[in-house]
Amino acid sequence: MAQGPATLADGWGKYLSRWLFTTNHKDIGTLYLWFSFAMFIMGGAFAMVIRAELFQPGMQLIKPEFFNQMTTMHGLVMVFGAIMPAFVGLANWMIPMMIGAPDMALPRMNNLSFWILPFAFAILTSTLFMEGGGPNFGWTFYAPLSTTYAPDTVNYFIFGVHIMGASSIMGSINIIATVMNMRAPGMTYMKMPMFVWTWVITAFLLVAVMPVLAGAVTMMLMDINFGTSFFDAAGGGDPVLFQHIFWFFGHPEVYIIILPAFGVVSHIIPTFSRKPLFGYSSMVYATAAIAFLSFVVWAHHMFTVGMPIAGELYFMYATMLIAVPTGVKVFNWITTMYRGSLTYETPMLFSIAFVILFTFGGFTGMMLSIAAADMQYHDTYFVVAHFHYVMVAGAVFSGTAAVYYWLPKWCGKMYNETMGKVQFWIAFIGFNITFMPQHFLGLAGMPRRYADYGLQFADWNMVSSIGAFMYGGAQILFLFNVIRTIGWGEPTKDPKVWEGAEGLEWTLPTPAPYHTFAKPPKIK
Amino acid sequence: MSVRSGNGPLLAKLIALAAAMFLFAIFVLPPLYDLFCEITGIGGKTDGAYTAVSVEVDTSREIEVQFVATKNATMPWDFYPLEERVIVHPGESRAVAFYAQNRTGQDMVGQAIPNVLPNNAADYFHKTECFCFNNQPLLAGETAELELVFIVDPDLPASVNTVTLSYTMFDITDRTKVQISQVQ
Amino acid sequence: MLKRAQALFLRLLSPAIALAMAGGVSAESTARQLNMPQGVTEVSQAAYDIHMIMMWICTVIGIAVFGFMFYVMYAHRKSRGAVAANFHENHVVELIWTIVPALILIVMAIPATTALLKVYDTENADIDIKVTGYQWKWQYEYIGEGVKFMSELRTSQDEIYGRAPKGEHYLREVTEPLVIPTGKKVRFLITGNDVIHSWWVPDFGVKRDAVPGLFTAAWAKTDVPGTYVGECTELCGIGHAFMPVVVEVKPEAEYNEWLAGKKEEAALYASTIGKEWTFDELMVRGEDVYERSCAGCHQSDGKGIAGVFPALKDSPIALGVKEGHIAVLIDGVAGTSMQSFADQLSEVDIAAVVHYERNAWGNDVGDVTQPLDVLNYKQNQ
Repeated sequence: MAQGPATLADGWGKYLSRWLFTTNHKDIGTLYLWFSFAMFIMGGAFAMVIRAELFQPGMQLIKPEFFNQMTTMHGLVMVFGAIMPAFVGLANWMIPMMIGAPDMALPRMNNLSFWILPFAFAILTSTLFMEGGGPNFGWTFYAPLSTTYAPDTVNYFIFGVHIMGASSIMGSINIIATVMNMRAPGMTYMKMPMFVWTWVITAFLLVAVMPVLAGAVTMMLMDINFGTSFFDAAGGGDPVLFQHIFWFFGHPEVYIIILPAFGVVSHIIPTFSRKPLFGYSSMVYATAAIAFLSFVVWAHHMFTVGMPIAGELYFMYATMLIAVPTGVKVFNWITTMYRGSLTYETPMLFSIAFVILFTFGGFTGMMLSIAAADMQYHDTYFVVAHFHYVMVAGAVFSGTAAVYYWLPKWCGKMYNETMGKVQFWIAFIGFNITFMPQHFLGLAGMPRRYADYGLQFADWNMVSSIGAFMYGGAQILFLFNVIRTIGWGEPTKDPKVWEGAEGLEWTLPTPAPYHTFAKPPKIK
Repeated sequence: MSVRSGNGPLLAKLIALAAAMFLFAIFVLPPLYDLFCEITGIGGKTDGAYTAVSVEVDTSREIEVQFVATKNATMPWDFYPLEERVIVHPGESRAVAFYAQNRTGQDMVGQAIPNVLPNNAADYFHKTECFCFNNQPLLAGETAELELVFIVDPDLPASVNTVTLSYTMFDITDRTKVQISQVQ
Repeated sequence: MLKRAQALFLRLLSPAIALAMAGGVSAESTARQLNMPQGVTEVSQAAYDIHMIMMWICTVIGIAVFGFMFYVMYAHRKSRGAVAANFHENHVVELIWTIVPALILIVMAIPATTALLKVYDTENADIDIKVTGYQWKWQYEYIGEGVKFMSELRTSQDEIYGRAPKGEHYLREVTEPLVIPTGKKVRFLITGNDVIHSWWVPDFGVKRDAVPGLFTAAWAKTDVPGTYVGECTELCGIGHAFMPVVVEVKPEAEYNEWLAGKKEEAALYASTIGKEWTFDELMVRGEDVYERSCAGCHQSDGKGIAGVFPALKDSPIALGVKEGHIAVLIDGVAGTSMQSFADQLSEVDIAAVVHYERNAWGNDVGDVTQPLDVLNYKQNQ
């Protein structure tokens, strides 16, 4: 086919068909990224409702039943609709180019993996408008609140989760097949870029644990509709079983969220340090160690459920261990910068913020792993602060850095650097104003998922809400910069874009042509 | 060179892995969890009916056994232990009873779910006869004295002096389609 | 708006910080607290101590690591003329920074373990109290004493919805606090009535999930009398934020007096059952009970929430036969959030609230429901 992909100039019919039926990894990557951004805005809107209500003590704007729907949907949409699809989008765009492959291994399944997502989220979001309201039992949906006491829409929730899970599983199978079978000749595993490594490991995690989530919601479905008693003590079941099964999925899930983010940062920091990544092999082994350990620490989310002390001690020790490989990675990034030649373009700013703030979240994670202290932290805002530091200042900042870093390669135009830096600072400051006070709230005694609170928590809640609106504003600026760049940006001069960039993807023209590496390159 | 033909075996393995994890979650994790709880006594779950083996009664040791009764959600029955605490010697067989009354105008069926604290005592608390082994049908207004016969194993860890046995009574009328017969 | 922000800023940066960093003690002083309370039990102190150890270790590591990083960011800037080196491996250094953190972890694990052993030491208690989490209140039962009562939020719906100014103890006050004595080891046996709740008293260092169908155990022993406020810490539905825990620790003699008083109350209770209440007395008491225990779902105006909680105004049940109306409160409605209130409200309170529902909001049935009617319903089934 000599002709390029259909554009608007070819008419709406052809243009829509292109996007509906595309099997091109670049198009699918673009679809995932725009979808994830829309979900990010929607999940962010839910957060704004939460923070607006929590601005002051008392119920001013919404009722507790709607508040519970907002906290639940915020979590579900951000985890399953924003962060995960965003990194899948980055994977789709970059992995084939990074390994010298023409496309993903299973292009048609790739298309299906994407298009079931808007369908799933339309169903999930529509429950908010149904009688009885949407899911209101937290994104962790513990039984029996989510079974016996769930609103009627719970079956739609289960259906949505199944579809999202199927999308992730298919996407991961695709990534593993691509990386294992389609690397350019000469690219051994230990020559693969870090983003590819982290994604392959993540993909294995996904294939292993998404089915466990599917199992959990299926058992839930059966308890609700078919009279089984997996999680119902009356029939011989156990609500705590649900927690074990959920967190067996849930803990690897948080590493699924962060590992690709690690991969991105492992590309950006060497680029702007003009120095190779320090300790490549230990980075690979550390990532694998983190992934392996993630399977055996799940019950640290359940320290107050009444586990016998032997179990509690084991999970505490195992969880503490994860600090070792994670620390190795942090040291490696910093050592990459050491004696480099550093510049601070927007992707680098976000990546440095990632290293600092993610590590800070790691510190609070260490504190949480201490079971005796966790008696005071569990289910309070201290936990909320912890996971927002690692997921927002971690994964989201990394995703933002990735977009600034690779956008010129995707569209051949340079974003406005000053606007990028301004956006960074607003996001950085807004983020910290929002979430740092939440540590204090948790320590002072404010539980999570609370629609209202005592007067002693008022001051920090107000500060946190102000920060949240500031952070939200930063995202609008980000969107503006991205659209402006794609539509009216300055064309890039150098295909390499960044002086210190290395890797197969930077040897390609900028913008990257629709089809690349039709013939695999030879790797030395 | 067709990439697709090289994918076949790998795909099969990955799909098998996903399917296996799904089946693992549904069919292996619950029974594994129950087995694990049974073996370790975690969660205070007790065994089923115990066939009494003749053991020497350890008269040097006294164990206080407490009984706690609670009802779940919409369960309207009266339900309480007739004796709230007894002192037994390990190895001694002892019978106690719980009072239950169906105060409503409908015939109902209840199910008592036991729980033992501390967790490490669960393995050493044996019930030879317990009303919790079966569901409890009670006609409207009917009362019953529900029997429990138990033995505390002499191997109970030395650090345990008090064992608390709690029952939660659930309403399972809707689940059971059995004929409700008079309670003996 | 600006003035408010300024005032806020000053309040937050006041010398309270120094005080707070040292660890505030009782619940009442949590105003702008920045840190975990030390609390009044061995367990809360152990939690605080290990928390501070971890925080300091992390702070020191953080300062060292980020300090180095900031130095690098300054000294190795391209704009300062830095030229990039090319090294990318150093096995010795990598080994050191793998082993040293592992050693630090082992050091951390030791106090972490002893602290946890304290949490689990529930043996040999002097007093056993059964704590049951309900949607959305707590029930406390003193095992072996025959004393049992509900502990429900006392803050009014008006305060919550801004129709009245918020009191000093907003969301920190209950109808009846749990009372325990100083100097005695109290064991809490915790379960849930419907969904999973969690019972937390920060000043005791106690948090345990309340799971329906099983019991968990925790303990506390303190020598410091006072009032300690805690929270429900597991999402349990719409009232999750509205079921605080309030514990009053009294010196032993006062506690014994209180307990004796509670036992007497049970006896006195019988005489109020037999009393004939007037229409107006029942309306007043009924409205009070309604606001506390029913308005959270059925709303103060009796209109409920469409599709979720039925309206009581113009309801066929409230306008129908008295027995049927009483039945809903005594038996609950299976498969819905409407629990049985038989164990939570006294016969007097059930009669009063039924009476109120039948006669408020224009329902005007005109009849009177006496506590004896409720008792008869319960006994004559």
